[in-house]
Amino acid sequence: MGAGHGHRLHYHGHSALHRMPAECKLIALLIFVLAVVATPRTQYWAYGLDALALSVAVACSRVPVSYLAKRMVVETPFVVFAVLLPFIAVGERTQFLGVTVSADGLEAGLSLLAKATLGVAAGLLLAATTEPRDLLAGLEGKLPQQLVQIMAMMIRYLDVTSDQLRRMRIARESRGFVATQPRHWPVLGHAAGALFVRSYERGERVHLAMLSRGYSGSLPGLTPARASTRDWSVAMLLPAAAAASALAAWWAQ
Amino acid sequence: MRAGGPVLAVTDLAYAYPDGHQALYGVNLAIEQGERVAVLGPNGAGKTTLVLHLNGILEAGHGSVEVGGLPVAKPHLREIRRRVGLVFQDPDDQLFMPTVADDVAFGPANLGLVGEELNARVERALAQVGMAEYAKRPPHHLSFGQRRRVAVATVLAMDPEILVLDEPSSNLDPASRRELADIIRSLDITVLMVTHDLPYALELCPRAVVLSDGQIVADGATADVLCDDTLMRAHRLELPFGFDPRSAGTRS
Repeated sequence: MGAGHGHRLHYHGHSALHRMPAECKLIALLIFVLAVVATPRTQYWAYGLDALALSVAVACSRVPVSYLAKRMVVETPFVVFAVLLPFIAVGERTQFLGVTVSADGLEAGLSLLAKATLGVAAGLLLAATTEPRDLLAGLEGKLPQQLVQIMAMMIRYLDVTSDQLRRMRIARESRGFVATQPRHWPVLGHAAGALFVRSYERGERVHLAMLSRGYSGSLPGLTPARASTRDWSVAMLLPAAAAASALAAWWAQ
Repeated sequence: MRAGGPVLAVTDLAYAYPDGHQALYGVNLAIEQGERVAVLGPNGAGKTTLVLHLNGILEAGHGSVEVGGLPVAKPHLREIRRRVGLVFQDPDDQLFMPTVADDVAFGPANLGLVGEELNARVERALAQVGMAEYAKRPPHHLSFGQRRRVAVATVLAMDPEILVLDEPSSNLDPASRRELADIIRSLDITVLMVTHDLPYALELCPRAVVLSDGQIVADGATADVLCDDTLMRAHRLELPFGFDPRSAGTRS
């Protein structure tokens, strides 16, 4: 039980980026990622421009670069895949750092790496500057209410459930069980089943508690801060930069 | 509300679960305004089943429940659920919104409150349980005792006439337990407390009823009930080692 705010990805701060309404940041992230993905893959300077624009945004948010860098590990599977591509792809061969690799694979690998890194970094910046509750408030009215309710519940009970999972693991290990071989998997399966049943039962109890307080199908609004035209224009600076560099890259090709 | 009538009147209440298990066999209970009553009983006595009837989550198989003269039935469920504030045993079941303030606002917002009036309700309810400064926190960052206090605030915000607490002292450390007792004592409200924590019942409730096998088998001053050895033994109620209700000081 920490006294901290928010979730593990959130970095507490009061910068302009922290204060910006969540819906602006969400839409900006979406357009930014689309623009990055739409950039032709051989125009590497365009990715450089995107990265520059993103680092300006990071600087504005006052989130330490090391904080974001540590959390970039989620990208690892993409990195592995991107590194493999030049070796497993077929076609014309080329020299890269003294190794003979597939030219197509190398291009694809590098652009995959660039796009994934930019996307993950932008996503992390959103998570670092936005409380989960504000994200939900931002989604309200844009997604069906049921989806927002499900997401709200998920955020609330993720910690409760992972805590339960951790206690079950500790209890297993305290009785000398460590899963090392496939023949141990059934035990893990039973644990997952038990967790499912418990979560299902909790769901029923939560529903009873909600009914007891007059729940009739809709959650009362989370009253998000309304975004002004100014908020929107500031938020759109980053995606506009990315879109411009993508267009320039297409034109240069 | 009728002048002088009981706040809560349970008459001949019987209930069997759909699988045929009969949990209640004709329960009679009347509680006057401002009383604090403990419902004591061993596990499986039907305590939770009784509680779920008080706000209409379960429908009476036989008999009736009235809250402030209003029968617990489909057409009045909204008003009944405002009048009866149910605090569940596990605060993680009760607190499901992203922040403490959102959660406390959930009940009154369902009653149709909005804007300033809603905010005032939330602030007042949190202040009543001493949690005002935690309004913006997500519930999973609070200690268990704090979460239980917020759970109490979530129903206080609905301005109930009777507060029903299911095992309020379970899993609390002695300090949280005392803090919760102080809060309950400070509220000017009728309290029905379901528990098998007998010293806690003695500390908080002047009156106690014993529910055993779906029936009320005793109803009287808490100290008298706890001192009746034959009754206690017959219904699997045991005092903690070293605790003597005759010499325990009672706080009013």
